[in-house]
Amino acid sequence: MGRYVIRRLLQMIPVFFGATLLIFLMVNVMGDPIAGLCGDKACDPATAAQLSKEYGLDKPVWQQYLTYMGNVFTGDFGTAFNGQKVTELMASAFPVTIRLTIVAIVFEVVIGISLGVVTGLRRGRPIDTLVLILTLVVIAIPTFVTGLMLQLVLGVQWKIISPSVSSEAPFNELIIPGLVLASVSLAYVTRLTRTSIAENARADYVRTAVAKGLPRFRIITRHLLRNSLIPVVTFIGTDIGALMGGAIVTERIFNIHGVGFQLYQGILRQSTQTVVGFVTILVLVFLLANLIVDLLYAVLDPRIRYA
Amino acid sequence: MRGATHAKWTACAVVVALAATACGGGGDSGSGGSDGVVSSSWGDPQNPLEPANTNEVQGGKVLDMVFRGLKRYDPKTGEAKDMLAEKIETTDSTNFTITVKPGWTFSNGEKVTAKSFVDAWNYGALLKNSQKNAYFFEYIDGYDKVHPVSGTASEPSLSGLKVTGDLTFTVKLNQKFSTFPDTLGYAAYAPLPKAFFDDHAAWLAKPIGNGPYTIDSYTKGSKMSLRKWADYPGDDKAQNGGVDLKVYTDNNTAYTDLIAGNLDLVDDVPASQLKNVKSDLGDRYLNTPAGIIQTLAFPFYDSDWNTAGAVKVRKGLSMAINREQITDTIFQKTRTPATDWTSPVLGADGGFKEGLCGDGCTYNAAEAKKLITEGGGIPGGQLKIGYNADTGSHKEWVDAVCNSINNALGNDKACVGDPTGTFADFRNKIGQNKMTGPFRAGWQMDYPLIQNFLQPLYYTNASSNDGKWSNAEFDKLVDQANAETDKAKAVSLFQQAEGVLRDQMGAIPLWYQNGSAGYSTKVSNVTLNPFSVPVYNEIKVN
Repeated sequence: MGRYVIRRLLQMIPVFFGATLLIFLMVNVMGDPIAGLCGDKACDPATAAQLSKEYGLDKPVWQQYLTYMGNVFTGDFGTAFNGQKVTELMASAFPVTIRLTIVAIVFEVVIGISLGVVTGLRRGRPIDTLVLILTLVVIAIPTFVTGLMLQLVLGVQWKIISPSVSSEAPFNELIIPGLVLASVSLAYVTRLTRTSIAENARADYVRTAVAKGLPRFRIITRHLLRNSLIPVVTFIGTDIGALMGGAIVTERIFNIHGVGFQLYQGILRQSTQTVVGFVTILVLVFLLANLIVDLLYAVLDPRIRYA
Repeated sequence: MRGATHAKWTACAVVVALAATACGGGGDSGSGGSDGVVSSSWGDPQNPLEPANTNEVQGGKVLDMVFRGLKRYDPKTGEAKDMLAEKIETTDSTNFTITVKPGWTFSNGEKVTAKSFVDAWNYGALLKNSQKNAYFFEYIDGYDKVHPVSGTASEPSLSGLKVTGDLTFTVKLNQKFSTFPDTLGYAAYAPLPKAFFDDHAAWLAKPIGNGPYTIDSYTKGSKMSLRKWADYPGDDKAQNGGVDLKVYTDNNTAYTDLIAGNLDLVDDVPASQLKNVKSDLGDRYLNTPAGIIQTLAFPFYDSDWNTAGAVKVRKGLSMAINREQITDTIFQKTRTPATDWTSPVLGADGGFKEGLCGDGCTYNAAEAKKLITEGGGIPGGQLKIGYNADTGSHKEWVDAVCNSINNALGNDKACVGDPTGTFADFRNKIGQNKMTGPFRAGWQMDYPLIQNFLQPLYYTNASSNDGKWSNAEFDKLVDQANAETDKAKAVSLFQQAEGVLRDQMGAIPLWYQNGSAGYSTKVSNVTLNPFSVPVYNEIKVN
């Protein structure tokens, strides 16, 4: 198992290089970013040339990439156009997004799995139909609609929450944004759990457990749920990466200065350094989340072994 | 147990993950809304907050609170009034002697002297410092040495600037420029303390200036707290305890926060809320003229657009645009149909002349069609209006302009929008003369002078002459106007030059842009200056 983890970690190295190179090239295709720095005016050519030199944009792309990678290994992710170190931007953005993601995942796990178990065990009953319809509605409504509606109703009309999150973004302010962010995934988790539970409820080992006279709660948690969680865990694992990078809409609505916002601004300003740096970290997060999911399989199902 | 080992390894992987993403916490504690502090929406400044490097409103807001220059533009009239300048004297419009008022200091106690200005201007002009407003110093003698078009600077400082006393210095220009003193209110000309040069990084982290506010704390990208500077020597002291600028990811969120009572001032009302703003805010909504004009520029480097007949086509196109209707429906009256090439904020004395454009800017479909046909029709058969699709709501109005032209010409395909993905790419295309049809051109004034609306945009090879329009008569009149020491005469010469621009229809004026803002019941006396920046120091907290 230890060797497996090390092998997986080593596999991340080529992925890391490939991903950074791809993103680097893609951002470069967008053209020279300097022209966008002077408002509706034309930058004077001498200043533009000087800025190009400062950011290394006057060199060929391959050389820019090598310099960039060289710097990354010394912990220098470069400087954004507003003169801020990209590492500084990351230090302020990632904790916020991680907190938001944690809130979202907790909602997915707690509400999603509970609803899934309840409906899976009560197939065809009114509660099952009701939850199915509800999840269908949630999946069908785009996040920005739910976000704006909740912001307007809870924030402006009822004044229960503040419509915007403060720059410190503590956990308690992130509950509603986290719920909005989780809503669609939550519906999927419910449906996945329901199907899986429904399928396994008829399995031999469950019948055996029932025959042995085990208490119902123990059958559900130890036998049924544990075996039914594999597809759900896979989904949640990949969702971590998606939530961290894809929270742009939620982050904009609720004024959360997280990764999505920094990426959005980086792309608008064509700041190669910001975009490549953030996406690289996101790629790593995604890879690690996948690794953890694979390892969790073995925890959930003893039949799965890694060597 | 097997499961336990698995769980252990999983936990290890989680630890690696957390270490890699550098899970940190923190941030400062927010102020609890102590008495008299105005909270206001903000956008992350695009450039480092140096005076000569800030060319957009968000950074400009801060500089306007933290710095005072030799002149200051009156927030109401836009007139350049002496601030730190005791007197600025000249006899030939080329050599100026500037005397700084005594008694001014920076907020760290350092005296503001002639050297504070000269050092700051030299820093701004020097190519090595890559300041985006360096071109402001281009009229000062020696600029070509410190900021050559190519290569590196051969001199470290401008030869045209000389400190002659503790509080006096002289400026020698490389051409006659009678209104030069009136340009000195722009932030790029602000004085800088020694701390700026001694420890640049520390200064950028927390800028020190000589304005009515000092920066209390600054968290880049999220928040800046400015507090009233009690010992501020000027007579425009802050009327409130301070200003908290809060960065918003989206101006819709800022507006929602204003409505919910969590924010006092929003100086950018989102276009989508303009319909509700009257019912939401009533008279707490401001919609006042700002020194911004939107035009359509033509690619004169394209021989099709530079023919003798094309004048009629350009004029015809201008007459085919129903400005009134577009500003009413699309912009909800936050823009005003343009009737000249300047801005109402200049005032009649400053050179704004309503109706100077005449028939050329009045909607007249029949006449438009006639003129375009006479001029040989639209070059290439179809008009493609270039714009950038990423910011602003350019698509809406470009489509509306095209609709208007199509209706006037009775041809559904006469005009289409031609979007470019990003603003930078759009600017690149313009810079490389790759536009094939007319394109969106906006101009936000640097200082409220008619010169600023004409010379940088339409003078031969001027810095922002994107369409490369060139006219000897226009150039001659501008040169004469710059050499004229009498202000009224200078203005009338500039207006004559504008007349040449009109006769040639060098660019189609579309509309003047207004500044808009909304504020809460907690504050009063909120106004916008001609640069569409709120006059923070005059805001009163109830």
